[in-house]
Amino acid sequence: MSAALSRPIPAPVDPRDRGGPAQPMLLVEDLRKHFPVRGGMLNRQVATVQAVDDVSFSVRKGETLGIVGESGCGKSTTARLLMRLVAPDAGTVTFDGDMVGAPGGITVNDMRRQMQMVFQDSYSSLNPRMTVAESIAYAPRMHGLAAQQAYDRAETLLGQVGLNPRTYARRYPHELSGGQRQRVNIARALALEPRMVILDEAVAALDKSVEAQVLNLLGDLKARFNLTYLFISHDLNVVEYISDRVLVMYLGRVVETGPVESIYSRPRHPYTRALFASKPTLDPDRRTTEMPLTGDPPNPINPPSGCRFRTRCAFAQAICAEKVPPLEEPLYGEGIGDSPHLVACHLPEAQAAMGVHHA
Amino acid sequence: MLVFAIRRLFQAIPILLGVSLVVFGLVHIVPGNPIDMLMPPEASPEVIAQMKAAFGFDKPLYVQYFLWLFRAIQGDFGLSVFNATPVIGQLMTALSNTFILAILGASLGFALGITLGLTAALFHGRWPDKFFSALATMGVSLPHYWCAIVLVLAFAVLNDFLPAQGMGDDSLPLYQRLEHLVLPVITLSLIPMGVIGRLVRATVLEILGQDFVGALRAKGLPSWPVIRHVCKNAAPPVLAIMGLQFGYLLGGSILVETVFNWPGSGNLLNLAIYRRDIPVLQATILVLASFFVMLNLLVDIAQAAIDPRIRR
Amino acid sequence: MSEATFDLPNHRVAAADQPAAPTQGYWKSVGQRLIRDPVTMVVTFVLLGILFITIGAPLVTSGDPYSGGILTRLKPIGTPGHWLGTDETGRDLWTRICYGGRMSLLAAIVPVSIALVIGGFLGVVAGFVGGRLGNLIMRVMDVFYAFPSILLAIAICGILGNGLRNAILALSIVFIPPLVRVSETVTAQARQLDFVEAARASGTTTMQIIRYHVLANVLGPILVYATSLISVSIIISAGLSFLGLGVTPPQPEWGLMLNSLRQAIYVQPYVAALPGLMIFLTSMCFNLMSDGFRSAMDVRLNK
Repeated sequence: MSAALSRPIPAPVDPRDRGGPAQPMLLVEDLRKHFPVRGGMLNRQVATVQAVDDVSFSVRKGETLGIVGESGCGKSTTARLLMRLVAPDAGTVTFDGDMVGAPGGITVNDMRRQMQMVFQDSYSSLNPRMTVAESIAYAPRMHGLAAQQAYDRAETLLGQVGLNPRTYARRYPHELSGGQRQRVNIARALALEPRMVILDEAVAALDKSVEAQVLNLLGDLKARFNLTYLFISHDLNVVEYISDRVLVMYLGRVVETGPVESIYSRPRHPYTRALFASKPTLDPDRRTTEMPLTGDPPNPINPPSGCRFRTRCAFAQAICAEKVPPLEEPLYGEGIGDSPHLVACHLPEAQAAMGVHHA
Repeated sequence: MLVFAIRRLFQAIPILLGVSLVVFGLVHIVPGNPIDMLMPPEASPEVIAQMKAAFGFDKPLYVQYFLWLFRAIQGDFGLSVFNATPVIGQLMTALSNTFILAILGASLGFALGITLGLTAALFHGRWPDKFFSALATMGVSLPHYWCAIVLVLAFAVLNDFLPAQGMGDDSLPLYQRLEHLVLPVITLSLIPMGVIGRLVRATVLEILGQDFVGALRAKGLPSWPVIRHVCKNAAPPVLAIMGLQFGYLLGGSILVETVFNWPGSGNLLNLAIYRRDIPVLQATILVLASFFVMLNLLVDIAQAAIDPRIRR
Repeated sequence: MSEATFDLPNHRVAAADQPAAPTQGYWKSVGQRLIRDPVTMVVTFVLLGILFITIGAPLVTSGDPYSGGILTRLKPIGTPGHWLGTDETGRDLWTRICYGGRMSLLAAIVPVSIALVIGGFLGVVAGFVGGRLGNLIMRVMDVFYAFPSILLAIAICGILGNGLRNAILALSIVFIPPLVRVSETVTAQARQLDFVEAARASGTTTMQIIRYHVLANVLGPILVYATSLISVSIIISAGLSFLGLGVTPPQPEWGLMLNSLRQAIYVQPYVAALPGLMIFLTSMCFNLMSDGFRSAMDVRLNK
């Protein structure tokens, strides 16, 4: 694995650092968001979409946490909750020791100056009426930087993401290719000099070769600017390439988390195993012989009680319907790597089973 | 579907209430009393007070409002200040006259508009398109009261083909009464023709340009299913605007009726303004606006019946 | 464990990718498209001509719009000294049309401008902020929307009295609801776009976001609609005067002139039709201009 990406980097201390390397950059506890579904005669709320339910995790300084899962598992909603683009129903987010939005903690605006986000759709993320440099310079200008200085910073950033500022600064989004636009988005995210960047499916819409370039760019930028990444994707290969630790989500809950080597070589949760088993591979010796997942994907409006995966799990027992499995150490065997491998499953036999996995 | 209809009905009620408030409030914003304006200056205060009481103008405003509204719902709009006949009778007669004009004018306008719009869309880019589009744009830009005058000029003054004024009374034979209809109906049809023509053209062009129409055509289907598909998809917005246009014709007929001296609700409104006949004024505006609201409601329900996406 | 190697020399964009043509802003490209459209150009010239003869009426006319004489009543077109004829009290029609245009254009453009500012502001706020405030604004507008425009204008003028000021007031009130509705729709759509979310994520204030990101994308459709409203406004305002509810005699105004010349139709039909022709012409021009704006702004940006 590319060395520049794998290890958390012992870095020069950022003046905004408040707790040293031991304190997690981001600590998320019991985050919850339910969306109301309205209907009926008086537009009353008739059901809820339980998009994110009691999600907890932490992100260490300087690492890349990958969040992986299928569509509808709540990963994008989680990203929006972290950026407070959507208000959470419950739970706390603590940024470098300061609780966001709480008295005595850090305000949402201050958090946003240290944590930024890159969206999936590179085209609609950019204002079609503004030049690329203006889009990048917008946030610093609004926060008080003089126009010329902001513009200079924008041009510098363009150079740092691999676009020649002399050519690209005055271009409009529709004149750039997808990869170029995504570089602009990254530059824009870096304009406020954040310490952490959330990448929500940032490379999903790009061609494979361009994706590779952008991933390498992200790695270089992380090293250069001492960044922490939260990388959200449904592409297992990309997550394996770029992450230090991985979080697997299913239907709004975290089902497994741990170091990337541990998760990818020895997945414990039946869902994770099924997910990996469905990775297409070009290796003729590893043909998929059976269906990794059975059953219908359940409805986020009426998720199954207890463990949400139980309706598709080959091992399901009565206890799975009664109790929500807590996220804790696996029932036997150890994780690889220096951070704990946690899994949310009641049953030892489910955790122990070997699945088809691709090394 | 039924739920949607009932929900829209509920939503219409506060709007109707708001409309009644506006109508009532408008009249009473003006300082001074309608009675004061009608009475000759020498009238004694007792007579004025009597008249006020008779018409209920002496009570506090909100009481007047509720009384008026309560009676209005039952159809009792009081007596005309001008000639002391029940307002409701005059209004109903006038409304039915306008209704005749509006229905005929709308039908003619819609028929012409759809034809113009379809032709323009199907011949997109070629001269029929430009010609019919120009016609439609003219229809929208024409001041219809001017058109009325021009038509009167052409057909009644310069050549004595058609009558210039009025509705004709019952003694005339049917075809002569119909003659009275021709010019006003043509005049009224111009704006709907323009609006619907432009809308149909734009909508049909947009549908024809959609990818899956190309796919249908590529599959080798003959044009007929494509045409049906186009009609089904073009119908909701066009129907909605048609409903609106009909409402405008009903409510906005005053100018044409003035030119042709047609005894409809517009004419009644004009006279009421001139005579400062408040009860008639209030009643006419309220009924016309309410009718417009109910019309919108029907249009919404019809749209939802055709296009299920609209029902939330 | 795989050694995923995405080995590429560097991530600098190759020189070959760089686009060749010089870049230009959106509004500039709109302007270029407008200039190239023949219909829009013709219409713009006609409108400028109308503006010129109305604002510069003293320059192009020699007479006095208020003076006339019984002897010179209702002269036909082409009379020496009165090339467009005279009206029913002997005033020169060409002069009356030029001066009358001032009133007509004023009564048409001012209400739309007022409604644009007020309605546009309310609509953008309702569309961007949404929630209770947005709902409240839209419900109130719905009530006024429930009246057919002409009816509402006539009702307000009829009750408040005639005169130019009341006509402008009435028309402004009539045009605010549709402008609010259009602004709200467009703003709500723009708000969903990712770059607005990105702007929110960057910690800037609502006003800043509206000013820099939303307005530029929203102003176009609103202006197109407002221009088309002007063409309606001319017709309605002239119609108000036609009914005696707008400008009062002896001031010249096209609708008023149309009414007072109605009886003259039996004597001098072509003269009597002239004011209406002006109304029609002006309305048509604004309509076509609005269409031209819409086509110019309707860009397929994704090349």
